[in-house]
Amino acid sequence: MSKIDGPKPMNHLGCDVLVIGSGAAGMYAALAAARAGSRVLLVDRSLIGRGGATVMAQMTVAVALGEEVPDHWQHHLADTLNAGRGLCDEALAQFLCEQGPACIRELDAWGVGWARRNGHISQVQAPGHDRPRCVYVDFVNTGPAVSKTLRAQLQRTSGVRRTGDLLITELARRDGVCIGAHAVHVASGRQIAIAAKATIIATGGLTRLYARNSASLNMGGDGYALALAAGAELLDMEFVQFFPIGHLAPRLVGMDPIMWDPFRYKLGGRLLNAERREFLGEEGRYATARDHATCAILKEVADGRGSPHGGVWLSFEHCSEAELRAAFGPIIDRLAANGIDLTRAPIEVAPIAHYHMGGIRVDADMRTAVPHLFAAGEAVGAANGANRLSGNAITEALVFGRRAGERAAALAAVTAMPGVQATAQTVGTKRDMNPAAEIVRLQALMNQQVGPLRTQSGLERALEHIMRLEAQCTDIGRPRGAFDAEWLDLHDLASMRLVAECITRAALARTESRGAHQRADFPQTSVSWQRHQRMRRGEQGLSVES
Amino acid sequence: MKARLKVWRGAPGETDRYERYDVPYEQGQTVLDGLRWIRVHHDPKLAIRFSCINANACKECMIRVDGKTVYACTTRLAEREMTLEPLPNKELVRDLVTEIAPPDERLSE
Repeated sequence: MSKIDGPKPMNHLGCDVLVIGSGAAGMYAALAAARAGSRVLLVDRSLIGRGGATVMAQMTVAVALGEEVPDHWQHHLADTLNAGRGLCDEALAQFLCEQGPACIRELDAWGVGWARRNGHISQVQAPGHDRPRCVYVDFVNTGPAVSKTLRAQLQRTSGVRRTGDLLITELARRDGVCIGAHAVHVASGRQIAIAAKATIIATGGLTRLYARNSASLNMGGDGYALALAAGAELLDMEFVQFFPIGHLAPRLVGMDPIMWDPFRYKLGGRLLNAERREFLGEEGRYATARDHATCAILKEVADGRGSPHGGVWLSFEHCSEAELRAAFGPIIDRLAANGIDLTRAPIEVAPIAHYHMGGIRVDADMRTAVPHLFAAGEAVGAANGANRLSGNAITEALVFGRRAGERAAALAAVTAMPGVQATAQTVGTKRDMNPAAEIVRLQALMNQQVGPLRTQSGLERALEHIMRLEAQCTDIGRPRGAFDAEWLDLHDLASMRLVAECITRAALARTESRGAHQRADFPQTSVSWQRHQRMRRGEQGLSVES
Repeated sequence: MKARLKVWRGAPGETDRYERYDVPYEQGQTVLDGLRWIRVHHDPKLAIRFSCINANACKECMIRVDGKTVYACTTRLAEREMTLEPLPNKELVRDLVTEIAPPDERLSE
């Protein structure tokens, strides 16, 4: 059987557990599988621990530690279910809340550096929570610290091979069972076959589909496309969370656009319309759930009370320089380098695609409908229902990642090593389009027609464009050589198109408004719609069932 | 207003060259914005490595601008010609992309 360390050039890899994606979910999965005795191959299309969403998360992590005030995971669960607007998979949500503290404490033991106050881990209150529950690493360093800590643990763990620049293009199956994957080594353009006894998709979400997003380049939903093609089911694809106060103006570089969140936890901060009036009734506090705040901001803009760039104002002008310095630390200097002085002027913010509540359907062991295929992290659907509670994303990545790693390792231990044949694809034919430009067009369309506020006619217009693109996205072949950027865009366009179709079809079918899915033509929440929508790919294309 | 980017193009075994592109200049735009604009409007083959786009979190977009090693995502465009080259001390992959992963996180090791 092929070994992990073969001679060059090696076009075959083998492992017990293949983990796709090296954000928090993928890295924790790899650690857990290796601890259980598996030989793990952790791959990422970008560099290990650097691409994806985790490293960009500048915010907080929700967990019922009870360090700040007494707490219990059941309280966290109640808030999660309430935020989910009746659509959470309760078993997954409970697992997230119940196991969160163990994972957060394990990261603490590994030296992640959760901010402390008076000798205990500091917990702040985020919108939707009934008490201070959210831990963080100062200053806006939560994601990078989590990423760095997990990466350091991986380096110390034997049995995990980490390989970046490896893009998975297809899951390999025999008799319906997942036996590994086919990949392209981006840096060389070579095709690689990977044999695996168990495979975990930890590729994150799909927010790159939107023009205004807080995503990294590799959040184009390719894990959903892989899962669909392999026969797995997707759930609740219509629920894309728009983070209400993403940075809009003035231009700010070197910072995540969702950076204002932790400062609002600490300082409040006033959200103002063009008339400089607080329109959320928050009175300086930070209390409004994400779906409600997003709608309220869009309404101000639609009614002509928006800020110059089409958002609203966020003001910290009521805070003293000393307060700002204490809360923001060195970030104040980075803001100054961008020409921003919070004591003198407000900044502009607007909703920005941030997270996807839908995703791959799994059971409480993170198993998909495809034998030997697991999923973890944001790639998993339904744990957060129709609207994710602040702070649950990293918790979910850690908890689901760990469970997927453990369960995949247990399965691999009783599975024989499969063989995967290398594919010999031809170089794709020249197309009459610029795939980078087509991606930008698709993103603009999704933002406009399949964004936070939807109508039947807009969704149908979007679907028309999406279906016209289909012919352009088939048989893309293999890259021409090393770092074939045009081929990469074509690959991404193909998976983004498929996932855009999933969101749009699901959004058309759901004739109600709930959480992140708001239909102008069906503004009411309907009791009869308190159910999930499942999506599969068959001979006749995509099918939606509820 | 325009900024002009003089971009090194090529791969090992190919003839290398500089290509010049005029890109729209707006206050606050970055070199990475300019490179992404070129890919969308002129040449999708232009190879650049980046992931987080704007947050300076992934640290993948390291290149040479006017002889200095910088992150393309935090370096501002200027209304003049700027010379962009791959890192000189790293193995070249293509255009502005170099092999920057630690050796034990690459396929060939």
